[in-house]
Amino acid sequence: MATTVTADQVEKVVYDALAEIGPSRDQLKREATFEELDVDSLDLAEVSQVVEEEFGVTLKGDDVENLKTVGDALDLILQRATS
Amino acid sequence: MSRRVVITGVGAVTPLGMGARTLHERWSAGTCGIEDGEGVCTDFDPTTVMSAKEARRADRFTQFAIVACAEALAEAGWEDGMPYEAERVGCFLGTGIGGIGTLEANHQTLLEKGPKSVSPLAVPLMMGNAGAAALSMRYGLRGQTYGIVSACAAGAHAVGQAARAIQVGDADAMVTGGSEAALTPLATAAFEALDAISTVGISRPFDARRDGFIMGEGAGVLVLEEEEAARARGATVLGEVLGYAATSDAHHLTAPEPQGSGAAAALRGALRDAGLEPGDIDYVNAHGTSTPLNDRSETNALKAALGDHAYKIPVSSTKSAIGHLLGAAGAVEAVATILALRDRVAPPTIGYEEPDEGLDLDYVPGSARPLELSNGRPPIALSDSFGFGGHNAVLCLQAGAS
Repeated sequence: MATTVTADQVEKVVYDALAEIGPSRDQLKREATFEELDVDSLDLAEVSQVVEEEFGVTLKGDDVENLKTVGDALDLILQRATS
Repeated sequence: MSRRVVITGVGAVTPLGMGARTLHERWSAGTCGIEDGEGVCTDFDPTTVMSAKEARRADRFTQFAIVACAEALAEAGWEDGMPYEAERVGCFLGTGIGGIGTLEANHQTLLEKGPKSVSPLAVPLMMGNAGAAALSMRYGLRGQTYGIVSACAAGAHAVGQAARAIQVGDADAMVTGGSEAALTPLATAAFEALDAISTVGISRPFDARRDGFIMGEGAGVLVLEEEEAARARGATVLGEVLGYAATSDAHHLTAPEPQGSGAAAALRGALRDAGLEPGDIDYVNAHGTSTPLNDRSETNALKAALGDHAYKIPVSSTKSAIGHLLGAAGAVEAVATILALRDRVAPPTIGYEEPDEGLDLDYVPGSARPLELSNGRPPIALSDSFGFGGHNAVLCLQAGAS
């Protein structure tokens, strides 16, 4: 089942979760950094929770700390969800 | 000689509406903000002051504090930045329970969806110091900041301790007050289980028919500054914290000591701290909860502390207009008191009609009344607050020179 996850699905879930938290939809793109989106560790903990629920992927502190851009997060989640 | 402490800004969110003047004007006009047995802040919209993201990161009690604080700081003229070193400005904020709405919602999530669905924001939103922390972060207050928790005395404790911090030189200014948002199913049921809440849904302090308090929600915030520094920067002085004292009953978990001896000691202490005699007091903003026990013991305390003078001055309860704001009550009442003193008016105890035996002070029935002043100085009031656990806190406040 995990292998059926697509990049588009991950993007939709993550963008929805981020939009719920603060950034506007038009700010959400792969190159955007979490810093410029004003998304901090607490926000990412919330996103991680949604991702885990949707894809069964667990992101812990170390994983999240190394994420600089939205694209970093999308890639990591997709990689974990399909491996 | 200790440093003097002046009030340069006030803000309030109450069931009478948004703003400190709204509270003062509507209460003075005899308007009651209680509906269906609760004092709800129906006009409240957090996004008038904060971003949606900031609102998400704040329990309702913290949102109330932020909005009241924005009003108080605007009045103090701090909108464009603090007129003091950030490390010399702190924040004490009282609350009875803190973010209980957040706690209840997350407990529901825990039961329905399991532990992995509990929000990472649950702890930082529900903690009792969340309001103080939010004000510190939002406004860059880097002095001493923490929550003050003493049930229904918390707001008065916060203002009193903040004044002390300035008096002794630990701070040059303090942002202080109290906030509460406990109109939740659990908190309401818990107070009902104690038989503390009016079964008829009416707050009528000191009246013979009173049968419990009405739960309310909201916040009051005051900006306190060291007097010389405030004057040097040309601040408008609304009033002064002349005195403060706090005692404990050491008597019972919820019931006040019947004679009000601990409360009387706090009232005397506040007078002594202000260097005043009972005859100097022009008005008392009572705790006046509308519970059978409080209103009797408080009346006893006022008589014990003020002697015959207690009969000569107006004593009224803000809770007749907005219900009991628990940990916010003392701060909201300090705000209401200072504005009443400035307008030389004693607002009424709304709904007071039937005298109870032994409760024979002037509770300002009917409508507001001008404060009668015997000398030329700005009027002075006592505002007392008492909390479950036997906590007593009393503020002595004076209007600024007009």
